[in-house]
Amino acid sequence: MAIFVDENTKVIVQGLTGSQGRFHGLRNRDYGTKIVGGVTPGKGGSDVDGIPVFDTVEEAVVATGATASFIAVPPKFASEAILEAAAAGVSFIVCITEFIPARDEAMFYNILRRNFPGTRLLGPNCPGIISPGRCNIGITSGDIALAGGPVGIVSRSGTLTYQALYELSEKGVGQTTCVGIGGDPVPGTNFIDCLAAFEADSETKAVLMIGEIGGSEEEKAADFIKSNMTKPVVSYIAGVTAPPGRKMGHAGAIISGSQGSAQAKMSALKEAGVTVAINPTEAGEMMVELVKSL
Amino acid sequence: MDLFEYQGKRFFSSYGIPTSKGEVVEEVEEAVRVAKEVGFPAVVKAQVQVGGRGKAGGIKLVNSEGEAEVAAQAILGMDIKGHLVKRVWIEHASDIDKEYYVSVTLDRGSKDHLILVSSQGGVEIEEVAASAPEAIKRLHVNPIDGFTEDEARRLVAEAEIDVQARQGVEETLLKLYRAYVDGDADLVEINPLILTTSGKVHALDAKVTLDDNAAFRHPEWEEFRATQELDGRERLAKEKHLNYIGLEGSVGIIANGAGLAMSTLDVVNQVGGSAANFLDLGGGAGADVMAAALEVINTDENVRSVLINVFGGITRCDQVAKGIVDALQRVDIKSPLVVRLDGTNAQEGREILANYRSDKIQVETTMIDAAKRAVELVGEVR
Repeated sequence: MAIFVDENTKVIVQGLTGSQGRFHGLRNRDYGTKIVGGVTPGKGGSDVDGIPVFDTVEEAVVATGATASFIAVPPKFASEAILEAAAAGVSFIVCITEFIPARDEAMFYNILRRNFPGTRLLGPNCPGIISPGRCNIGITSGDIALAGGPVGIVSRSGTLTYQALYELSEKGVGQTTCVGIGGDPVPGTNFIDCLAAFEADSETKAVLMIGEIGGSEEEKAADFIKSNMTKPVVSYIAGVTAPPGRKMGHAGAIISGSQGSAQAKMSALKEAGVTVAINPTEAGEMMVELVKSL
Repeated sequence: MDLFEYQGKRFFSSYGIPTSKGEVVEEVEEAVRVAKEVGFPAVVKAQVQVGGRGKAGGIKLVNSEGEAEVAAQAILGMDIKGHLVKRVWIEHASDIDKEYYVSVTLDRGSKDHLILVSSQGGVEIEEVAASAPEAIKRLHVNPIDGFTEDEARRLVAEAEIDVQARQGVEETLLKLYRAYVDGDADLVEINPLILTTSGKVHALDAKVTLDDNAAFRHPEWEEFRATQELDGRERLAKEKHLNYIGLEGSVGIIANGAGLAMSTLDVVNQVGGSAANFLDLGGGAGADVMAAALEVINTDENVRSVLINVFGGITRCDQVAKGIVDALQRVDIKSPLVVRLDGTNAQEGREILANYRSDKIQVETTMIDAAKRAVELVGEVR
């Protein structure tokens, strides 16, 4: 089993005719993902390398039976694209779009929560999700992932996710699912959503969680782990040396006031019984050791 | 983007929030003229984006042209916590009866808007939060529903704002919320919001942070952008569209991805060094962006060695290596480079660098070893 997606997940790509959508959409299809359609207003009836393009998500869903959408549109159009997908009944939305205004994020997050409780949004500004050998939605390179489990990965950072995947795969440790939740202030899916799903997934035996400075999601995750997780968790938090008040690349990665420092997150996680590494390599090694002992 | 007080006041004015009339100036003579125009007593306020300017002597009350001249002379050019004062804002001094605090921001925990009101304004709100948390009243607003007059009325009463100020504070709050939403701000804060002895409510200060991601719908932000305080390195990086933050250390950092860049800083620190910067190349790491990154780092006088840390996912390491070689032909880098490539085609990438045979490049395979080597080089170069 995998979380959120599997080999049967049918995916449409909103923005398939754009450069990002085309590039990643086709890569995802090459990986084996069931990319069944694309959506670009005004381009319905055409196709991208054999993938049919529709004018609206609704048309695409009716014609293909898709339940997931991969959104790769510019920030200006992201909000509309997400809400259109939700309204068309898509239950899993992956939005990789970067630089969406926080006002829009707070708005669509709350609309989804209130009006479309059955829809899960992953992102925005995230690398996506890969369940090795089954499904890859987003920008993660399938080559660095290894099928078969037993590790579930959840991460706020793209490149650190790839690093983790790579190190585990190199050492023969596979992954059930790797979820990049993204570095924005209002992520649609958070650590707890993923931890809960991994806890419930019979194939996942251990979880690698990669966090970074800013916000308090890691602290909340620590509370959740303490009271709800039976599976072991290894964690790494980036940004120990980040100066307060400066955004470190991700819009959400900022230490403001007393909130969001790496030290606070690391001690909360340790407190919850999590094995905390001081760098990504160590996190990988610790996970490999842990898996050996399972 | 953080605004200066005078810009914040202009931003507030455009949403109908009352502020004192004043002007921003860069010269002492101008300061004297404006002080005379607004009428004595007047206040001369340093325009810097850092807290505690009052304590540092950056705010002065003046009663005459002579005093205005002395104050402006003292404040212009002053260094406040590393921030050089280039401008002063001058306004007529208000007769303050009471000082309040109001702000609107995004609550990342509850993922909605958070409005704070306190009858104890004028000091750092974090101090109030620590010493008298009950003095700060909070209201979470769902962005779908917005902030209503009824809620404003209740919040102001709950915060025990003086009765004669309530209507003014309510109106200000509603306008402030509008400014926060329509103006695409990350933070709007008035501290203090004052009640004058003549019974008027108005903003005596303005702290505004705008959401850069929303710049596409705000062409009017151009005037704010012109005055952004960036150091030379940061300005060049911005021109090159690099995600760069200048720091104080001696190891220049180039990495792909914000998380990996942050992590590289941490690892350099763990092995006893300190980073000169944060630099995220973004997704691609071709020759152009690599050359731009090296160029920016080259302008940093403190840099003694450069650590390039790239993980190849979609961007393959052989392409990155070619990019580095190409960039080195364009940029005459002053400090030695330590390169760590990992991920897709890492071996091919390392070979390209090994064959390049430059005494400027050293290749390491792990992040830790690369960081150690870069830090050692700092010592050797000195």
